[in-house]
Amino acid sequence: MSGEENTPVEPIGDQAAEWILRRENPGWSDEEQVALDAWLALSPHHLAAYWRLKAGWSRAERLAALKPGGMRPTRTATTKDAWPIIRFAAVACVVLSVAVGGLYSWSIQERVFTTAVGQRASISLSDGSRVELNTNSSIGVRMGFWQRSVSLKHGEAFFDVHHDASRPFSVFAVGHRIVDLGTQFTVQTSGDRLKVTLVQGLARLETVSSAIQHHATDLMPGDVAVATPNSMSVAKVPENTIAEGLAWRQGKLVFNNATLAEAAAEFNRYNSNKLTIEPSIASLRINGIFDAGSIGPFTTMAKFAFGLSIEKRGNEIVMSRKKV
Amino acid sequence: MVPAPEVELWFVREVLPLEASLMRFLRSSYRNSGEAADLRQDIYAQLIATAQKQIPDPTKPLVFAIAHNILVDRMRRERVVPMDTISDMEKLGLASEAPPPDRIVIARDELRHLREAIDRLPPRCREVVMMARIEGLAGREIAVRLNLDETTVSRHLKKGMQLLVDSLYGSSPPAGETA
Repeated sequence: MSGEENTPVEPIGDQAAEWILRRENPGWSDEEQVALDAWLALSPHHLAAYWRLKAGWSRAERLAALKPGGMRPTRTATTKDAWPIIRFAAVACVVLSVAVGGLYSWSIQERVFTTAVGQRASISLSDGSRVELNTNSSIGVRMGFWQRSVSLKHGEAFFDVHHDASRPFSVFAVGHRIVDLGTQFTVQTSGDRLKVTLVQGLARLETVSSAIQHHATDLMPGDVAVATPNSMSVAKVPENTIAEGLAWRQGKLVFNNATLAEAAAEFNRYNSNKLTIEPSIASLRINGIFDAGSIGPFTTMAKFAFGLSIEKRGNEIVMSRKKV
Repeated sequence: MVPAPEVELWFVREVLPLEASLMRFLRSSYRNSGEAADLRQDIYAQLIATAQKQIPDPTKPLVFAIAHNILVDRMRRERVVPMDTISDMEKLGLASEAPPPDRIVIARDELRHLREAIDRLPPRCREVVMMARIEGLAGREIAVRLNLDETTVSRHLKKGMQLLVDSLYGSSPPAGETA
Protein backbone atom coordinates (compact mmCIF):
# COMPACT_ATOMS: atom_id res chain seq x y z
CA MET A 1 0.00 0.00 0.00
CA SER A 2 1.17 3.55 0.42
CA GLY A 3 3.41 3.09 3.42
CA GLU A 4 0.65 3.73 5.90
CA GLU A 5 0.39 1.31 8.75
CA ASN A 6 -2.33 -1.20 8.39
CA THR A 7 -4.04 -2.16 11.58
CA PRO A 8 -4.82 -5.86 11.84
CA VAL A 9 -8.48 -5.22 12.66
CA GLU A 10 -11.45 -5.37 10.31
CA PRO A 11 -11.53 -2.53 7.77
CA ILE A 12 -13.55 0.46 8.96
CA GLY A 13 -16.15 -0.07 6.23
CA ASP A 14 -16.86 -3.58 7.51
CA GLN A 15 -17.08 -2.37 11.07
CA ALA A 16 -19.49 0.38 10.08
CA ALA A 17 -21.58 -2.11 8.08
CA GLU A 18 -21.70 -4.38 11.08
CA TRP A 19 -23.01 -1.58 13.33
CA ILE A 20 -25.67 -0.70 10.82
CA LEU A 21 -26.87 -4.28 10.54
CA ARG A 22 -26.86 -4.72 14.27
CA ARG A 23 -28.80 -1.52 14.80
CA GLU A 24 -31.61 -2.90 12.66
CA ASN A 25 -32.16 -5.78 15.02
CA PRO A 26 -35.32 -5.35 17.04
CA GLY A 27 -33.25 -6.22 20.12
CA TRP A 28 -31.10 -3.07 19.72
CA SER A 29 -30.66 -1.76 23.23
CA ASP A 30 -29.62 1.48 24.89
CA GLU A 31 -26.39 -0.23 25.89
CA GLU A 32 -25.59 -1.01 22.28
CA GLN A 33 -26.40 2.58 21.33
CA VAL A 34 -23.89 3.76 23.91
CA ALA A 35 -21.28 1.38 22.48
CA LEU A 36 -22.00 2.64 18.97
CA ASP A 37 -21.73 6.27 20.07
CA ALA A 38 -18.41 5.45 21.71
CA TRP A 39 -17.11 3.83 18.53
CA LEU A 40 -18.23 6.80 16.45
CA ALA A 41 -16.57 9.23 18.85
CA LEU A 42 -13.23 7.49 18.35
CA SER A 43 -12.50 8.96 14.94
CA PRO A 44 -13.98 10.99 12.11
CA HIS A 45 -13.04 8.02 9.91
CA HIS A 46 -15.65 6.03 11.78
CA LEU A 47 -18.22 8.80 11.40
CA ALA A 48 -17.52 9.08 7.68
CA ALA A 49 -17.86 5.36 7.00
CA TYR A 50 -20.90 4.96 9.19
CA TRP A 51 -22.85 8.00 7.94
CA ARG A 52 -22.10 7.15 4.33
CA LEU A 53 -23.25 3.54 4.58
CA LYS A 54 -26.23 4.47 6.70
CA ALA A 55 -27.42 7.04 4.17
CA GLY A 56 -26.99 4.66 1.24
CA TRP A 57 -28.46 1.68 3.03
CA SER A 58 -31.52 3.65 4.08
CA ARG A 59 -32.04 4.60 0.45
CA ALA A 60 -32.15 0.90 -0.33
CA GLU A 61 -34.75 0.53 2.39
CA ARG A 62 -37.17 2.42 0.21
CA LEU A 63 -37.35 -0.60 -2.04
CA ALA A 64 -38.82 -2.60 0.81
CA ALA A 65 -41.31 0.10 1.67
CA LEU A 66 -42.83 -0.24 -1.77
CA LYS A 67 -42.95 -4.01 -1.83
CA PRO A 68 -46.21 -5.59 -0.79
CA GLY A 69 -45.63 -7.46 2.44
CA GLY A 70 -42.36 -5.65 2.96
CA MET A 71 -43.00 -5.55 6.67
CA ARG A 72 -40.20 -6.85 8.79
CA PRO A 73 -41.33 -9.96 10.61
CA THR A 74 -40.97 -9.89 14.36
CA ARG A 75 -37.95 -11.70 15.57
CA THR A 76 -37.14 -13.56 18.69
CA ALA A 77 -34.92 -11.97 21.28
CA THR A 78 -32.15 -14.46 20.61
CA THR A 79 -30.42 -12.21 18.09
CA LYS A 80 -29.58 -9.94 20.98
CA ASP A 81 -27.43 -12.59 22.58
CA ALA A 82 -25.06 -12.77 19.66
CA TRP A 83 -23.00 -9.89 21.04
CA PRO A 84 -22.20 -10.68 24.65
CA ILE A 85 -18.82 -8.97 24.70
CA ILE A 86 -20.00 -5.72 23.20
CA ARG A 87 -22.95 -5.70 25.50
CA PHE A 88 -20.73 -6.21 28.48
CA ALA A 89 -18.54 -3.29 27.49
CA ALA A 90 -21.59 -1.20 26.75
CA VAL A 91 -23.08 -1.83 30.16
CA ALA A 92 -20.03 -0.30 31.77
CA CYS A 93 -20.50 2.82 29.66
CA VAL A 94 -24.18 3.09 30.27
CA VAL A 95 -23.77 3.05 34.04
CA LEU A 96 -21.83 6.25 33.76
CA SER A 97 -24.23 7.94 31.41
CA VAL A 98 -27.22 6.98 33.50
CA ALA A 99 -25.56 8.48 36.53
CA VAL A 100 -25.13 11.78 34.72
CA GLY A 101 -28.01 11.91 32.27
CA GLY A 102 -30.60 9.95 34.19
CA LEU A 103 -30.74 12.09 37.27
CA TYR A 104 -31.13 15.11 35.15
CA SER A 105 -33.98 13.99 32.94
CA TRP A 106 -35.99 12.74 35.91
CA SER A 107 -35.91 16.14 37.45
CA ILE A 108 -37.60 17.81 34.48
CA GLN A 109 -41.30 17.89 34.85
CA GLU A 110 -43.54 17.33 31.89
CA ARG A 111 -46.13 20.00 31.25
CA VAL A 112 -49.18 18.89 29.33
CA PHE A 113 -51.27 21.07 27.02
CA THR A 114 -54.55 19.82 25.60
CA THR A 115 -57.25 21.22 23.33
CA ALA A 116 -60.84 20.01 23.15
CA VAL A 117 -62.72 19.44 19.90
CA GLY A 118 -63.05 22.79 18.12
CA GLN A 119 -60.40 24.48 20.26
CA ARG A 120 -57.03 25.78 19.16
CA ALA A 121 -54.19 26.95 21.34
CA SER A 122 -50.93 28.80 20.87
CA ILE A 123 -48.21 28.02 23.37
CA SER A 124 -45.05 30.05 23.77
CA LEU A 125 -42.22 28.02 25.22
CA SER A 126 -39.51 29.45 27.45
CA ASP A 127 -36.86 29.04 24.73
CA GLY A 128 -38.69 31.29 22.28
CA SER A 129 -40.24 28.42 20.31
CA ARG A 130 -43.93 28.38 19.61
CA VAL A 131 -46.37 25.50 19.31
CA GLU A 132 -49.85 25.83 17.88
CA LEU A 133 -52.21 23.06 18.79
CA ASN A 134 -55.04 22.13 16.49
CA THR A 135 -58.39 20.76 17.56
CA ASN A 136 -58.54 17.73 19.86
CA SER A 137 -54.78 17.51 20.40
CA SER A 138 -52.43 17.04 23.28
CA ILE A 139 -48.70 17.56 23.83
CA GLY A 140 -46.31 17.03 26.73
CA VAL A 141 -43.39 19.45 26.94
CA ARG A 142 -40.06 18.93 28.70
CA MET A 143 -37.59 21.78 28.50
CA GLY A 144 -34.27 20.43 29.71
CA PHE A 145 -30.93 22.09 29.93
CA TRP A 146 -29.43 19.74 27.34
CA GLN A 147 -32.43 19.04 25.22
CA ARG A 148 -35.97 20.08 24.54
CA SER A 149 -38.57 17.49 23.83
CA VAL A 150 -42.24 17.52 23.01
CA SER A 151 -44.36 14.43 22.75
CA LEU A 152 -47.43 14.66 20.58
CA LYS A 153 -49.88 12.41 22.37
CA HIS A 154 -52.62 12.81 19.80
CA GLY A 155 -53.85 15.26 17.19
CA GLU A 156 -51.90 17.85 15.26
CA ALA A 157 -49.44 20.59 16.10
CA PHE A 158 -47.45 23.22 14.27
CA PHE A 159 -43.93 23.90 15.54
CA ASP A 160 -41.93 27.05 15.04
CA VAL A 161 -38.67 26.13 16.66
CA HIS A 162 -36.12 28.55 17.98
CA HIS A 163 -32.94 26.87 16.86
CA ASP A 164 -30.35 26.22 19.50
CA ALA A 165 -27.63 23.83 18.35
CA SER A 166 -26.56 23.06 21.89
CA ARG A 167 -30.06 22.06 22.90
CA PRO A 168 -31.71 19.90 20.23
CA PHE A 169 -35.46 20.08 19.87
CA SER A 170 -37.17 16.74 19.29
CA VAL A 171 -40.79 15.88 18.72
CA PHE A 172 -41.87 12.34 19.56
CA ALA A 173 -44.99 10.84 18.00
CA VAL A 174 -46.17 7.26 17.43
CA GLY A 175 -42.76 5.65 17.64
CA HIS A 176 -40.93 8.31 15.65
CA ARG A 177 -38.81 11.30 16.40
CA ILE A 178 -38.49 14.50 14.44
CA VAL A 179 -35.26 16.32 15.16
CA ASP A 180 -35.27 19.97 14.35
CA LEU A 181 -32.41 21.86 12.77
CA GLY A 182 -34.06 25.29 12.80
CA THR A 183 -37.47 24.59 11.49
CA GLN A 184 -41.17 25.14 11.06
CA PHE A 185 -43.12 21.96 10.66
CA THR A 186 -46.41 20.28 11.48
CA VAL A 187 -46.92 16.87 12.93
CA GLN A 188 -50.21 15.06 12.68
CA THR A 189 -51.11 11.67 14.06
CA SER A 190 -54.10 9.55 13.29
CA GLY A 191 -53.98 6.13 14.89
CA ASP A 192 -50.48 4.79 14.22
CA ARG A 193 -50.08 6.89 11.11
CA LEU A 194 -47.80 9.89 11.31
CA LYS A 195 -47.66 12.79 8.90
CA VAL A 196 -44.93 15.41 9.01
CA THR A 197 -44.96 18.48 6.80
CA LEU A 198 -41.82 20.55 6.66
CA VAL A 199 -42.52 24.25 6.04
CA GLN A 200 -39.10 25.76 6.57
CA GLY A 201 -35.58 24.71 7.50
CA LEU A 202 -34.34 21.18 7.94
CA ALA A 203 -35.41 18.27 10.07
CA ARG A 204 -34.87 14.59 10.36
CA LEU A 205 -37.58 12.02 10.87
CA GLU A 206 -36.57 8.70 12.35
CA THR A 207 -37.93 5.69 14.14
CA VAL A 208 -37.28 5.47 17.86
CA SER A 209 -39.42 2.52 18.76
CA SER A 210 -37.86 -0.87 18.25
CA ALA A 211 -41.35 -2.33 17.84
CA ILE A 212 -41.68 -0.96 14.33
CA GLN A 213 -39.57 -1.18 11.23
CA HIS A 214 -36.60 1.13 11.35
CA HIS A 215 -36.60 3.99 8.92
CA ALA A 216 -35.18 7.47 8.76
CA THR A 217 -35.24 10.33 6.35
CA ASP A 218 -34.17 13.94 6.10
CA LEU A 219 -36.82 16.49 5.31
CA MET A 220 -36.52 19.67 3.32
CA PRO A 221 -39.07 22.44 2.82
CA GLY A 222 -42.10 21.18 0.93
CA ASP A 223 -41.57 17.57 1.97
CA VAL A 224 -44.51 15.66 3.38
CA ALA A 225 -43.55 12.40 5.04
CA VAL A 226 -46.09 9.78 5.96
CA ALA A 227 -44.95 7.00 8.27
CA THR A 228 -46.76 3.94 9.50
CA PRO A 229 -45.28 1.09 11.54
CA ASN A 230 -44.09 -0.63 8.38
CA SER A 231 -43.62 2.00 5.73
CA MET A 232 -42.51 5.52 5.08
CA SER A 233 -42.93 7.69 2.05
CA VAL A 234 -41.81 11.19 1.27
CA ALA A 235 -43.43 13.38 -1.34
CA LYS A 236 -42.77 16.91 -2.41
CA VAL A 237 -45.86 19.08 -2.49
CA PRO A 238 -46.33 22.57 -3.92
CA GLU A 239 -46.14 25.57 -1.60
CA ASN A 240 -49.82 26.44 -1.89
CA THR A 241 -50.83 22.92 -0.86
CA ILE A 242 -48.72 23.32 2.25
CA ALA A 243 -50.30 26.68 2.97
CA GLU A 244 -53.75 25.14 2.62
CA GLY A 245 -52.81 22.41 5.03
CA LEU A 246 -51.80 25.07 7.53
CA ALA A 247 -54.98 27.13 7.22
CA TRP A 248 -56.20 25.64 10.50
CA ARG A 249 -53.81 27.99 12.25
CA GLN A 250 -56.18 30.76 11.21
CA GLY A 251 -59.18 28.61 12.04
CA LYS A 252 -59.82 27.92 8.36
CA LEU A 253 -60.28 24.83 6.28
CA VAL A 254 -59.23 25.02 2.66
CA PHE A 255 -60.54 22.49 0.17
CA ASN A 256 -59.10 22.18 -3.26
CA ASN A 257 -60.87 19.58 -5.30
CA ALA A 258 -61.66 17.63 -2.13
CA THR A 259 -64.44 15.07 -1.98
CA LEU A 260 -67.44 15.72 0.25
CA ALA A 261 -66.33 12.75 2.35
CA GLU A 262 -62.87 14.26 2.87
CA ALA A 263 -64.33 17.65 3.69
CA ALA A 264 -66.77 16.13 6.18
CA ALA A 265 -63.93 14.22 7.86
CA GLU A 266 -62.07 17.52 8.26
CA PHE A 267 -65.08 19.35 9.70
CA ASN A 268 -65.68 16.49 12.09
CA ARG A 269 -62.24 16.99 13.62
CA TYR A 270 -63.33 20.47 14.72
CA ASN A 271 -66.97 20.14 15.67
CA SER A 272 -69.05 18.18 18.11
CA ASN A 273 -71.92 18.07 15.59
CA LYS A 274 -70.80 15.42 13.13
CA LEU A 275 -71.41 15.48 9.42
CA THR A 276 -72.49 12.26 7.75
CA ILE A 277 -72.37 12.00 3.98
CA GLU A 278 -74.48 9.46 2.19
CA PRO A 279 -72.22 7.10 0.19
CA SER A 280 -73.84 7.95 -3.16
CA ILE A 281 -72.67 11.58 -2.94
CA ALA A 282 -69.38 11.03 -1.04
CA SER A 283 -67.23 11.49 -4.12
CA LEU A 284 -68.67 14.84 -5.25
CA ARG A 285 -65.85 17.39 -5.34
CA ILE A 286 -65.74 20.86 -3.87
CA ASN A 287 -63.46 23.87 -3.54
CA GLY A 288 -63.61 26.61 -0.98
CA ILE A 289 -62.45 28.18 2.25
CA PHE A 290 -64.54 27.71 5.38
CA ASP A 291 -64.39 28.49 9.07
CA ALA A 292 -63.46 25.23 10.69
CA GLY A 293 -65.83 25.83 13.57
CA SER A 294 -69.06 26.44 11.68
CA ILE A 295 -70.60 23.75 9.56
CA GLY A 296 -73.55 25.92 8.45
CA PRO A 297 -71.98 27.76 5.50
CA PHE A 298 -70.54 24.50 4.21
CA THR A 299 -73.81 22.59 4.27
CA THR A 300 -75.63 25.56 2.74
CA MET A 301 -73.15 25.73 -0.10
CA ALA A 302 -73.35 22.00 -0.75
CA LYS A 303 -77.12 22.17 -0.60
CA PHE A 304 -77.32 24.76 -3.35
CA ALA A 305 -74.37 23.59 -5.42
CA PHE A 306 -75.44 19.98 -5.62
CA GLY A 307 -79.10 20.15 -4.69
CA LEU A 308 -78.60 18.06 -1.56
CA SER A 309 -80.89 17.70 1.38
CA ILE A 310 -79.60 18.45 4.87
CA GLU A 311 -81.18 16.81 7.85
CA LYS A 312 -80.27 17.27 11.51
CA ARG A 313 -80.68 14.28 13.80
CA GLY A 314 -79.43 15.10 17.31
CA ASN A 315 -75.65 15.58 17.01
CA GLU A 316 -75.62 14.30 13.49
CA ILE A 317 -76.04 16.29 10.30
CA VAL A 318 -76.87 14.03 7.38
CA MET A 319 -76.30 15.14 3.82
CA SER A 320 -78.05 13.13 1.15
CA ARG A 321 -79.51 13.41 -2.33
CA LYS A 322 -82.75 15.33 -2.38
CA LYS A 323 -85.72 13.03 -2.43
CA VAL A 324 -88.08 13.97 -5.20
CA MET B 1 -18.59 22.06 18.39
CA VAL B 2 -21.36 21.52 15.86
CA PRO B 3 -23.77 18.79 17.06
CA ALA B 4 -23.38 15.44 15.33
CA PRO B 5 -26.85 15.28 13.71
CA GLU B 6 -26.16 18.59 12.01
CA VAL B 7 -22.78 17.43 10.71
CA GLU B 8 -24.32 14.17 9.53
CA LEU B 9 -27.10 15.98 7.71
CA TRP B 10 -24.58 18.24 6.03
CA PHE B 11 -22.41 15.26 5.12
CA VAL B 12 -25.28 13.31 3.60
CA ARG B 13 -26.77 16.27 1.81
CA GLU B 14 -23.74 18.21 0.63
CA VAL B 15 -20.80 15.83 0.50
CA LEU B 16 -22.14 12.44 -0.61
CA PRO B 17 -23.73 13.83 -3.78
CA LEU B 18 -20.24 14.95 -4.82
CA GLU B 19 -18.85 11.46 -4.45
CA ALA B 20 -19.14 10.49 -8.10
CA SER B 21 -17.15 13.49 -9.30
CA LEU B 22 -14.70 13.19 -6.41
CA MET B 23 -14.00 9.58 -7.34
CA ARG B 24 -13.57 10.47 -11.00
CA PHE B 25 -11.08 13.09 -9.92
CA LEU B 26 -9.16 10.69 -7.67
CA ARG B 27 -9.03 7.90 -10.25
CA SER B 28 -7.81 10.18 -12.98
CA SER B 29 -5.25 11.96 -10.80
CA TYR B 30 -3.72 9.14 -8.90
CA ARG B 31 -1.71 6.44 -10.54
CA ASN B 32 -2.87 3.80 -8.21
CA SER B 33 -6.58 4.13 -8.80
CA GLY B 34 -7.27 1.04 -6.70
CA GLU B 35 -6.58 3.21 -3.70
CA ALA B 36 -9.21 5.77 -4.54
CA ALA B 37 -11.62 4.43 -1.91
CA ASP B 38 -8.88 4.66 0.66
CA LEU B 39 -8.18 8.27 -0.26
CA ARG B 40 -11.87 9.05 -0.22
CA GLN B 41 -12.10 7.79 3.32
CA ASP B 42 -9.26 10.10 4.40
CA ILE B 43 -10.87 13.04 2.64
CA TYR B 44 -14.22 12.42 4.30
CA ALA B 45 -12.64 12.10 7.71
CA GLN B 46 -10.86 15.41 7.28
CA LEU B 47 -14.02 17.08 6.00
CA ILE B 48 -15.98 15.86 8.99
CA ALA B 49 -13.30 17.02 11.40
CA THR B 50 -13.54 20.46 9.77
CA ALA B 51 -17.34 20.52 9.83
CA GLN B 52 -17.39 19.60 13.50
CA LYS B 53 -15.84 23.00 14.18
CA GLN B 54 -17.96 24.83 11.67
CA ILE B 55 -20.15 23.67 8.79
CA PRO B 56 -18.37 24.86 5.63
CA ASP B 57 -20.29 26.83 3.09
CA PRO B 58 -19.91 26.35 0.17
CA THR B 59 -18.91 22.72 0.46
CA LYS B 60 -17.65 21.77 -2.96
CA PRO B 61 -14.47 23.86 -3.13
CA LEU B 62 -13.45 22.55 0.28
CA VAL B 63 -13.99 18.94 -0.78
CA PHE B 64 -11.67 19.37 -3.72
CA ALA B 65 -9.16 21.46 -1.81
CA ILE B 66 -8.85 18.73 0.81
CA ALA B 67 -8.69 16.08 -1.91
CA HIS B 68 -5.90 18.04 -3.55
CA ASN B 69 -3.92 18.38 -0.34
CA ILE B 70 -4.27 14.74 0.53
CA LEU B 71 -3.16 13.73 -2.95
CA VAL B 72 -0.15 16.04 -2.89
CA ASP B 73 0.74 14.66 0.47
CA ARG B 74 0.59 11.08 -0.71
CA MET B 75 2.55 11.82 -3.82
CA ARG B 76 5.22 13.60 -1.86
CA ARG B 77 5.61 10.58 0.32
CA GLU B 78 5.89 8.34 -2.68
CA ARG B 79 8.33 10.66 -4.46
CA VAL B 80 7.54 9.15 -7.83
CA VAL B 81 4.93 11.36 -9.34
CA PRO B 82 6.05 14.15 -11.63
CA MET B 83 4.70 17.55 -10.65
CA ASP B 84 2.79 18.07 -13.89
CA THR B 85 0.29 15.45 -12.77
CA ILE B 86 -0.66 17.81 -10.00
CA SER B 87 -1.35 20.73 -12.28
CA ASP B 88 -3.49 18.46 -14.44
CA MET B 89 -5.54 17.34 -11.57
CA GLU B 90 -6.19 20.87 -10.46
CA LYS B 91 -7.87 21.50 -13.77
CA LEU B 92 -9.76 18.26 -13.58
CA GLY B 93 -11.09 18.52 -10.10
CA LEU B 94 -12.28 22.07 -10.10
CA ALA B 95 -13.78 21.86 -13.52
CA SER B 96 -15.69 18.68 -12.87
CA GLU B 97 -19.38 19.25 -12.70
CA ALA B 98 -21.16 18.14 -9.55
CA PRO B 99 -24.30 16.07 -10.03
CA PRO B 100 -27.48 17.74 -8.84
CA PRO B 101 -27.89 17.61 -5.07
CA ASP B 102 -29.07 14.30 -3.83
CA ARG B 103 -32.74 14.55 -3.00
CA ILE B 104 -34.56 11.92 -1.11
CA VAL B 105 -37.78 11.47 -2.93
CA ILE B 106 -39.43 8.23 -3.82
CA ALA B 107 -39.39 8.46 -7.54
CA ARG B 108 -39.26 6.00 -10.35
CA ASP B 109 -35.71 7.15 -11.03
CA GLU B 110 -34.63 6.31 -7.55
CA LEU B 111 -36.18 2.87 -7.76
CA ARG B 112 -34.58 2.21 -11.11
CA HIS B 113 -31.26 3.35 -9.72
CA LEU B 114 -31.63 1.04 -6.74
CA ARG B 115 -32.67 -1.85 -8.92
CA GLU B 116 -29.61 -1.36 -11.12
CA ALA B 117 -27.35 -1.08 -8.10
CA ILE B 118 -28.72 -4.34 -6.75
CA ASP B 119 -28.35 -6.04 -10.10
CA ARG B 120 -24.68 -5.13 -10.17
CA LEU B 121 -23.94 -7.04 -6.96
CA PRO B 122 -22.24 -10.46 -7.17
CA PRO B 123 -24.94 -13.17 -7.18
CA ARG B 124 -24.55 -14.43 -3.60
CA CYS B 125 -24.33 -10.89 -2.20
CA ARG B 126 -27.37 -9.89 -4.16
CA GLU B 127 -29.41 -12.78 -2.88
CA VAL B 128 -28.51 -12.05 0.72
CA VAL B 129 -29.02 -8.29 0.39
CA MET B 130 -32.43 -8.77 -1.18
CA MET B 131 -33.53 -11.17 1.52
CA ALA B 132 -32.41 -8.72 4.18
CA ARG B 133 -33.60 -5.52 2.57
CA ILE B 134 -36.72 -6.49 0.69
CA GLU B 135 -38.04 -9.42 2.67
CA GLY B 136 -36.74 -8.03 5.94
CA LEU B 137 -35.24 -11.30 7.10
CA ALA B 138 -32.70 -11.50 9.91
CA GLY B 139 -29.22 -12.94 9.33
CA ARG B 140 -30.19 -16.11 11.17
CA GLU B 141 -33.24 -16.68 8.97
CA ILE B 142 -31.25 -16.06 5.80
CA ALA B 143 -28.64 -18.54 7.00
CA VAL B 144 -31.29 -21.22 7.48
CA ARG B 145 -32.89 -20.58 4.11
CA LEU B 146 -29.64 -20.64 2.17
CA ASN B 147 -28.06 -23.33 4.29
CA LEU B 148 -25.07 -21.14 5.12
CA ASP B 149 -23.60 -20.31 8.49
CA GLU B 150 -24.43 -16.96 10.03
CA THR B 151 -20.89 -15.64 9.77
CA THR B 152 -20.95 -16.18 6.02
CA VAL B 153 -24.30 -14.44 5.70
CA SER B 154 -23.03 -11.53 7.74
CA ARG B 155 -19.92 -11.30 5.55
CA HIS B 156 -22.03 -11.24 2.37
CA LEU B 157 -24.33 -8.64 3.88
CA LYS B 158 -21.51 -6.34 4.92
CA LYS B 159 -19.84 -6.64 1.55
CA GLY B 160 -23.14 -6.26 -0.28
CA MET B 161 -24.06 -3.15 1.69
CA GLN B 162 -20.75 -1.49 0.83
CA LEU B 163 -20.91 -2.38 -2.85
CA LEU B 164 -24.51 -1.21 -3.03
CA VAL B 165 -23.70 2.11 -1.42
CA ASP B 166 -20.65 2.56 -3.67
CA SER B 167 -22.88 2.04 -6.62
CA LEU B 168 -25.61 4.37 -5.34
CA TYR B 169 -23.18 7.22 -4.80
CA GLY B 170 -21.43 6.57 -8.07
CA SER B 171 -18.19 5.38 -6.50
CA SER B 172 -17.92 2.11 -8.39
CA PRO B 173 -15.29 2.14 -11.09
CA PRO B 174 -16.63 2.23 -14.62
CA ALA B 175 -17.25 -1.15 -16.22
CA GLY B 176 -14.09 -2.92 -17.31
CA GLU B 177 -11.92 -1.37 -14.65
CA THR B 178 -11.12 -3.38 -11.58
CA ALA B 179 -10.85 -1.72 -8.23
